[in-house]
Amino acid sequence: MSARVQTAPFDLAAELAGFGAGAGAIVTFTGVVRDDTGAMAALEIEHYPGMTERALSDYGSEAAIRFALTDWRIVHRHGRLAVGEPIMMVATAARHRHAAFQAADYLMDWLKSRAPFWKREIGHDGAAAWVDAKASDEDALARW
Amino acid sequence: MTLDVLYFAWLRERIGQPRERIETDAATVRDLIADLAARDDWHAAAFADLAAVRCAVDQQLADLDAPLAGAREVAFFPPMTGG
Repeated sequence: MSARVQTAPFDLAAELAGFGAGAGAIVTFTGVVRDDTGAMAALEIEHYPGMTERALSDYGSEAAIRFALTDWRIVHRHGRLAVGEPIMMVATAARHRHAAFQAADYLMDWLKSRAPFWKREIGHDGAAAWVDAKASDEDALARW
Repeated sequence: MTLDVLYFAWLRERIGQPRERIETDAATVRDLIADLAARDDWHAAAFADLAAVRCAVDQQLADLDAPLAGAREVAFFPPMTGG
């Protein structure tokens, strides 16, 4: 049961070693830097040190209660990430798969619009543009 | 009271600094914004559209009508884009 914020890459296999011992179901989600237009070179992610760690930890603890998780982990990177690099991961462990899937989905919806990260797209030409929040992410959160 | 005010993403860019320590009598976040926006053109530009501004009081998400009594740190930023 832990949340981390870091610039370094993470190793999914290493994160899962010993994770969720005794659980019947483990779900993992990995977010990857995507380029929809062919013009993007990297993503720069800014965050709010102190608040970010606290928020991720709070959301993880809330998910643990709501979905009776036996374990959970959130790792979120910040700084400059090239297209194709992993940005973040969520892992959830529960007795049964339904709770583990739901908890991962719930955590992703919270992280998308309530964790203090801000993404900026950096183009091949060096131009930078802040990524706007999506109304669909806000709608996704409302269903919980 | 003395407050540390932090800015992130494009609010930081518009204001031109990541944080500042200020003296204010603001009772709510909204009062604080009015106080800050009156300081100079950069602050005014950052707070021109409050629909695009989110805030946290002492590192907890708060709405613009949240009280500031006892607060030490207030942060302003655009809607978050994590995940």
